[in-house]
Amino acid sequence: MTTTEAPLSVDKPRSATRPAARRNNFELYSWVFMRLSGVVLLFLVLGHMLIMLFLDGGVQRINFAFVAGRWASPFWQFWDLTMLWLAGLHGGNGLRTVINDYARSETTRFWLRTLLYCSIVLTVGLGTLVLFTFDPNIS
Amino acid sequence: MAGTTATAAETRPREEYPRAKGTLYRGDLGMWSWVAHRITGVLTFFFLFVHVLDTALVRVSPNAYDTVISTYKHPVMILFELGLLAAVLFHAFNGIRVMLIDFWSEGTRFQRPMLWTVVGLWLVLMIPAAISMLTRAITELFGGH
Repeated sequence: MTTTEAPLSVDKPRSATRPAARRNNFELYSWVFMRLSGVVLLFLVLGHMLIMLFLDGGVQRINFAFVAGRWASPFWQFWDLTMLWLAGLHGGNGLRTVINDYARSETTRFWLRTLLYCSIVLTVGLGTLVLFTFDPNIS
Repeated sequence: MAGTTATAAETRPREEYPRAKGTLYRGDLGMWSWVAHRITGVLTFFFLFVHVLDTALVRVSPNAYDTVISTYKHPVMILFELGLLAAVLFHAFNGIRVMLIDFWSEGTRFQRPMLWTVVGLWLVLMIPAAISMLTRAITELFGGH
């Protein structure tokens, strides 16, 4: 078997261009979070889709009055709030991984991640605001 | 799997393949389950973004909310919802498989039968779901309001 001089173009461990290794366990915690939130989301999301798409006529019956009736109960408020936060963070962290994998330059990576973080803050923030300030008597 | 893909390479002299080039990984079933997990996850994320925005209309007016939600009741959108369910169900069941591979000592050994279990469970739920939703879409299209 022949081997070439520099087998693969990977930076040498101590080269100046290579960023220093992270000193914290963020990626470990994100890995654990994906699994824990995944188990909870399995029940929350599949339950949500069963109710919204199949029971009592499915999507055809959904309107403002239906939402108002559900959010009168703290149980469904808590369900939806938990689902919103977990899905936003689980999906956001998943997309962060996808961006890290496929973005080729640091500039692209930076801007895609900025866009991602803004959209997560927007959706989770807006959803939380709506859940806490919902008014069934709005005209 | 390795036995069938390696034969073509082995017929040529080794010298043609310097180590640096390596061999092209053509993918095992496990790789495709990973690809499918990514695609279904990204699609679901984009729907989540839209869905939070449309639900936020309850804070604008009942009329605005009802108008936008009525688009979800259109037969074409019911097909889209079926697709969303397909993506979420696969992602959910394959996610359990990923966790079993990670945490169960026998997980890696059974990754392939577990993938077939995921596909089987997915089919068992998707077939009645598709019948239910397609029936509703057709009713909406012809006998609807």
